Amino acid sequence: MNAEATTLMRSSSSRAAKERVIAWLLGLSTLAIVLPVLGILFFLVRFGLKAISWEFLTSMPRSGMTEGGIMPAIVGTFYLVMGTIIIAMPLGVLAAIYLSEYAGAGPFVRLIRLSITNLAGVPSVVYGLFGLGLFVLMLNFSTSILAGSFTLALLVLPLVITAAEESLRRVPNSLREASLALGTTKWQTVRNVVLPNSWAGILTGIILSIGRAAGETAPILFTAVVYYQFYVPQPAGLPYERRFWDFLFEPVMALPYHLYTLSTQATDVDPALQWGTALVLLALVLGMSAIAILLRARLGAGTRW
Amino acid sequence: MAWLSNTLGRKGGTLARFINRPKEALVEGIIATSGAASILFVILILIFLLRDALPLFEITSLEGFLTGRDWYPTSDPPKFGALPLIVGSLLVTVGAIALAVPIGVAAAVYIAELSPARVREWLKVTVELIAAIPSVVIGFIGLVIVAPWIKELFNLPTGLTALTGAVMLAWMAMPTIVSIAEDAIRSVPIEYRQGSLALGTTHLQTVRHVILPAARSGLIAAIMLGIGRAIGETMTVLMVTGGAAQITTSLLKPVRTMTATIAAEMGETPQGSPHYHALFAVGALLFLITFFINLAADLALRKGQRAQ
Repeated sequence: MNAEATTLMRSSSSRAAKERVIAWLLGLSTLAIVLPVLGILFFLVRFGLKAISWEFLTSMPRSGMTEGGIMPAIVGTFYLVMGTIIIAMPLGVLAAIYLSEYAGAGPFVRLIRLSITNLAGVPSVVYGLFGLGLFVLMLNFSTSILAGSFTLALLVLPLVITAAEESLRRVPNSLREASLALGTTKWQTVRNVVLPNSWAGILTGIILSIGRAAGETAPILFTAVVYYQFYVPQPAGLPYERRFWDFLFEPVMALPYHLYTLSTQATDVDPALQWGTALVLLALVLGMSAIAILLRARLGAGTRW
Repeated sequence: MAWLSNTLGRKGGTLARFINRPKEALVEGIIATSGAASILFVILILIFLLRDALPLFEITSLEGFLTGRDWYPTSDPPKFGALPLIVGSLLVTVGAIALAVPIGVAAAVYIAELSPARVREWLKVTVELIAAIPSVVIGFIGLVIVAPWIKELFNLPTGLTALTGAVMLAWMAMPTIVSIAEDAIRSVPIEYRQGSLALGTTHLQTVRHVILPAARSGLIAAIMLGIGRAIGETMTVLMVTGGAAQITTSLLKPVRTMTATIAAEMGETPQGSPHYHALFAVGALLFLITFFINLAADLALRKGQRAQ
């Protein structure tokens, strides 16, 4: 074997070694991102699980929130999420219908899309300021379920629109054409043909929004939540005579804010209480995401056009 | 109003249509209004931020606000110099991006180019899952696990530092950076790849010299959106960066970001006070910063799509 060939072989084998190292580094980077996910799940389950009991989930906090349960925070988050979805769903789906079915291409539609991108990028605490200025103060909702729901609804709106539009666009044009050829109007086609064929994707967006709304703290900080409440706002009756929607104008406790106060504001809190609250919140949010991911996978595999 | 009549009046005038099919026209009007609502919301947010921010400039000049070195909102007289907060946000964001970009792009290359097909979907789902974890939970983990590590590692008086915030934010920006970068890498036309490989290059040489340069616009968008995500994050930095409004360039000192300042102080501020207006001014500044970052990212993405 002559010298030249040996040099060539050596350089190519050292290059192969170098490439193996690079490939390893790339893999390690991926691991550095993925492992903390598993780490967080591990820590939360390990330290949080022992705090979880029926009593923890269903009783009021006691002794200045150093003992007891998190029931009012769970109920409060439920109210906020429901309110958010009731507001964001119709608005988001209608906007998606406009973008997918009615809008052409043009500067106006471009402006709408740019606005949606920007809404998605507005910091959550800025939504909080906006909600404070518009809903709490100007519209006089006070710090309440209603003000928090409206604020969160704006925050999840881009999510709902994007998911719904993508889903509407998946419906093949041949279906629309077949419907229109039967003499239906555009809206009849949208309502009876396009929408029924895209519910799964729309639902995915809604579920993702539920997860997002349940986990956000900054937007509800000045619009909806209180540190502690000795009762749970309810539609009917207590504590004095009132209309059934009056509870919407009351503040609530909420899981993410409760975790924040337990871990930074309150003193002498049993760590188990903090971990337990974090675990409940994460389980709620990841549970929603898991459902959305499964739904999306089924959606991708299920329908064949 | 051209858009409205365009939408509603493709055949005949709006009025004729309304008379012929009032219900249909009404429904289409509602749909078009909902579509346009996003524009309205962006404008409303800007108006409401400015409305409560501008009164601040009756007591402090814009320059004094942007370059003032003292943030003492409750002293007498109060000082509203936002520079420490701006520097705090910049420090944490720059630290986060310095960590997140190399690791995130490397991971995107691994997922798009090297990972076995069987684990690829799992890796993508796991990275996406990070975006679903509430920031307050990440802040809690930062507070009880990461901060003590950092305190011990660097032998510091407190683990609540800019670095702690940067590490947490870098991780939180990963779903944005990795998924957009991966998209950009995968949408490079296959001919580029084939052309390069046909010249006898190795896979990784092709990635480095052909694919990554071709995916440049998408990578820039990924980084811009990552920056936007990091600078706007609130609860995590509020919980782990220590909250000292001081000007420092050391990652190992406590800092206070713009977002954390708003979140921490708004609750105790009387409405209509100078402090209240100052916090809205910080919010307006944040809004403008993220607005232009998003605009830049959008332009980069569009440029990338046109190039292909």
